[in-house]
Amino acid sequence: MIDILCETKDLKITFPHRLGDFTAVHSLDLQVRRGEIVGLIGESGAGKSTVGNAIMGLLSHPGQVSGGRIELGGENLVDLSDAAMARLRGRRIGMIFQDPMTSLNPLMTVGGQLTESIALLQDVGVAQARQMAIERLDGVGIPDPARRMDQYPHEFSGGMRQRVVIALAMAGDPDLLIADEPTTALDVSVQKQVLDLIKSICVERSLGVILVTHDMGVIAETADRVYVMRHGALVETGPTAQVIQTPSQRYTKELIAAIPSIERREERFRNPAKKTGEIDQWLLQGHKDEGSGDYVTASALTKDFATKKKSFWGKAGTFRAVDIPGLNIKRGEVLGLVGESGSGKSTLGRMMTGLIPPSSGEVTYGDHGPLTDVRSRTARKALRRDVQVVFQDPYSSLNSRMRVDQILAEPIRFHGLADHHDIPRLVGALLERVGLAAEAGRKFPHQFSGGQRQRICIARALSVRPRFLLCDEPTSALDVSIQADMLALLMELRRSLGLTMLFVSHDLAVVRQMSDRVAVMKQGEIVECREAEALYDAPENSYTRMLLDTAPRATRH
Amino acid sequence: MFDRIRSDFWYELLNSPVTIVSAIIIVLMIIGCTFAPIFAPHTPFDPATISIMDNNMPPAWVDGADHRFLLGTDLQGRDVLSAMLYGGRISLLVGIGAVALSVVIGMAVGLLAGYFGGMTDAVLMRIAEIQFAFPPILIALLFNGILKASLPADVFAQAAVPIMILAIGLAGWVQFARIVRASTLVQRNQDYVTACRAIGLPTLTIIARHITPNILGPVLVLAMLQIAVAIVTEATLSFLGLGTPLTEPSLGALIQIGSQYLFSGIWWVVIFPGIMLLLMVVAFNLVADWVRDYLNPRLR
Repeated sequence: MIDILCETKDLKITFPHRLGDFTAVHSLDLQVRRGEIVGLIGESGAGKSTVGNAIMGLLSHPGQVSGGRIELGGENLVDLSDAAMARLRGRRIGMIFQDPMTSLNPLMTVGGQLTESIALLQDVGVAQARQMAIERLDGVGIPDPARRMDQYPHEFSGGMRQRVVIALAMAGDPDLLIADEPTTALDVSVQKQVLDLIKSICVERSLGVILVTHDMGVIAETADRVYVMRHGALVETGPTAQVIQTPSQRYTKELIAAIPSIERREERFRNPAKKTGEIDQWLLQGHKDEGSGDYVTASALTKDFATKKKSFWGKAGTFRAVDIPGLNIKRGEVLGLVGESGSGKSTLGRMMTGLIPPSSGEVTYGDHGPLTDVRSRTARKALRRDVQVVFQDPYSSLNSRMRVDQILAEPIRFHGLADHHDIPRLVGALLERVGLAAEAGRKFPHQFSGGQRQRICIARALSVRPRFLLCDEPTSALDVSIQADMLALLMELRRSLGLTMLFVSHDLAVVRQMSDRVAVMKQGEIVECREAEALYDAPENSYTRMLLDTAPRATRH
Repeated sequence: MFDRIRSDFWYELLNSPVTIVSAIIIVLMIIGCTFAPIFAPHTPFDPATISIMDNNMPPAWVDGADHRFLLGTDLQGRDVLSAMLYGGRISLLVGIGAVALSVVIGMAVGLLAGYFGGMTDAVLMRIAEIQFAFPPILIALLFNGILKASLPADVFAQAAVPIMILAIGLAGWVQFARIVRASTLVQRNQDYVTACRAIGLPTLTIIARHITPNILGPVLVLAMLQIAVAIVTEATLSFLGLGTPLTEPSLGALIQIGSQYLFSGIWWVVIFPGIMLLLMVVAFNLVADWVRDYLNPRLR
């Protein structure tokens, strides 16, 4: 093979630990040619980022390359000293990080950061570097670059900031670009533009690009070849279209099958056979059949947040985060709420559950009446029992100082839903109901994986026998394969318990799988709200159409 | 958490000899001082057991020493080692007691300010900042002075130790309030707190059962550092003659008594209590440093 830019041969990366070394990457062979985007995909813990960091020579302590070679233009990087490696960084290898919020210095102007890098890496004077910086900003598609040079990172939007990061990575005209989850922190509509930019830079400058990501859709849209990794080992490699359409390994097949489709609603979710029966009877206790009217009704709901004062004596302005004329969810219905970051979907979700008070307007639940009228302590308590939440981040949503059985027993005890001596048995049954072992209660939250923690969160929400469940991005922090299980569990619970749900997510495909009806939010307003199938198949609003068009699809090839 | 303590705690501790030595010093001092009546070879403040004939004896290894008095005796014939143990008991009691008081006040203020925010936060933290603007020793002097003026002399002399605890404790709560407030602000916005609110738990339950255990780490570190500070503050006050009475001297008071004879050749009366105070303060600081590193794995 000619023109191989970068190559790893039998690469092994170990993290020494006193209880035994942890091998993060086992004998990986990877090649990148000029003008080619190589995708490196895997779930969390697959070692994909470690590979990128090793090539950069930036393995986090105490990780080390314990075997094999990393060759860049024929030179073995593993043997290089730290100083020699530092000279390569920026000049030969550039890196794009995940979060453009933290990878730029907030106290330096964008132009300052870029000029500094160019002056250093290209050995030119400041004036010339500045001129080059403006050209580079123009090159990554930032409009009016001369003016924007003097702005600070916070004055740029997420996508624009990631463009600046790309310009920074290109400051030393490297041959190899490593992009570690470059679009994970961005909204879908921006994601596509950034990926297109990386693609065009790659072709124009005949760069080699290593694109590290967990998102098969991103790979499908961008990469020429793909390496699938799992537990630090290579599972499968080949041209992207071939790997996605005709995967040869079982793991790759499962990975691709687990990706929810934006094209259609699938009934393929495995139905987890869980111990139901007794616990379901307990969960349904006190729930009478109320027919099919609306369970939650919001009318003329707004939420204002105070903005910064313009001057010391000035008055604080307000920013309207949510402004909707009305929204209702029928009993037993799942309403999906999609929107990009900052669209107000989480704020609306939390107002719908009474966790934050609206600035104006009213939320009414089933037979509880309007939220603002629920004043007495007992009425509030009853309301809180009926309305529960599952959060996005399974790490911060469990109290790490409490054992799992304590976490689950507390709500049951507080609401007096069971006799004291029945509680341990109930907690065990609840854990089994969400797919964990009853003995899991004796452990602390940190002993579980993200998916298991999310199951505990669902068990906690169920422990008060709720009628209405807000799921606020419940699968966004999870790997695809776990995400599918979680969606299946939520669907099954909803069917068995007749839960009414508000499902908030930025992921259009996930929302399609879950929802009966979907509302699309943009800048605090609902632009379209219809039956899910109708909305996805024939979006009426131009914004909805744009969202659907820009969403990456693993199956587009 | 417990398996982490089982494995990492001992591993990290055994890898830090300085911490082990400091911890042993603290443990020995606490045991020795707490049970001073058992360990001390003499009862230094009981006039019946001391003899003026034994005065100014040098330490046991110096010529002309009396083997009964390991670290020598002072002007009145009191055994220096015994006086140190009894004095150390007061120093430790004041140090730990004052910090306990600071922790209680500081945590209450910090939790309320951090959780409720807004007006509550503004008022409580402004009060804290006003107090913070004055040096703690000045605050302690002030409280000490107020109590001295308002209590009868005999009561004041009797209650010297509780008064010191009160004065130093009231001087030191602000740091705890600030650190607890900052941690509470972080914890309050975590989803597990929102989940508690969704369940309908009363605010006080959320603060006491859920937030408090999650902010104890930094409080523990600060408390250990502050014990050292409180011991020094007490020693300073006693050195200035405002602390414990001479009939019941703490380490600071012993140093003050001894300093008067520093240049008369009777060096042991001041040097040994000084070394003990130094060891106590340094040991608490080193252990606190280690605990901070242990609780924050990123610093390891």
